[in-house]
Amino acid sequence: MTSVLASIRPDSWNFPLFLHIAGATIFFGAITVAAVTQLASSRAPRPEFLQRVAFRTLLIVGLPAYVIFRIGAQWIYDKEFGDASEDPTWIGIGFIVSDIGAILFLIALILAGLAVRKRNEWLVKSSGVLTAIILVALVVAVWAMGAKPD
Amino acid sequence: MELNDWILALHLISAAALVGALTVFSVMIAALWRTEDPSAVTSFMPLGLAGNVLVTVGSLGTIVFGVWLAISLDAYQVWDGWVIAAIVLWVLMGAVGKQTGDAYRATAEMAAQLVTSGSPRSEELAARMGATRAFWLHVASCAIVILILIDMIWKPGA
Repeated sequence: MTSVLASIRPDSWNFPLFLHIAGATIFFGAITVAAVTQLASSRAPRPEFLQRVAFRTLLIVGLPAYVIFRIGAQWIYDKEFGDASEDPTWIGIGFIVSDIGAILFLIALILAGLAVRKRNEWLVKSSGVLTAIILVALVVAVWAMGAKPD
Repeated sequence: MELNDWILALHLISAAALVGALTVFSVMIAALWRTEDPSAVTSFMPLGLAGNVLVTVGSLGTIVFGVWLAISLDAYQVWDGWVIAAIVLWVLMGAVGKQTGDAYRATAEMAAQLVTSGSPRSEELAARMGATRAFWLHVASCAIVILILIDMIWKPGA
């Protein structure tokens, strides 16, 4: 029933929802690139190349995608729950993942940038592990957006 | 939570995997644009594998759980115009995506052979990593997926 109610929504919600979903899914892809390239870079023939790609992907693709998905999320939240006194659980999960995810993302981005400059394997692995954690959290958040646990 | 909520969640996770895969492939194409270096191409093998897993899970998951939802929910029918449009676009995306994948897979195999034979540079490789038919097919795949997303959100005619 929740899904049916959620799918019948005012037209004015469509564009913010489009921004939210497009931004989140592209962010998911950017995080996948960073996680896989950084965690697999030590076994690759050109590790420094992969590390540079990971950093640039986080900066050029991941950061703008995160901003778009977060703006879309806030926009549609204001429309749907602007006057509500209490948020449902699935909204709480979304906020936790996006807010803690933003902090982890910024740390991963900085570590990836430092790794490119200093050529330090520990920095590469740390950034890779952080992006892998964000990836798992994103899957949980997407599940919550669909299943909408109360 | 009901079964339909779980199906919708799996449909959305599949959609994230599908768009995520296209993002992965777009990054790979941009990073390897007109590269002559076969080792740069082979360095991306693990990422290419991850992209292939995502695109398979995403493609199958979106259609299976999407059609299941259309059958399961009283509000929608499989023969609704926007659902049919989504299925047609999905089939088109699959056909275009398969051709794109085949072309880039052949290029990756060529790069692996060049690495094995010890060739540090290849002009043919650079040509294959540029604005080829495979590249434009990838652009077409991305455009089709954006159209599917628009169709899913706006649900024209619903």
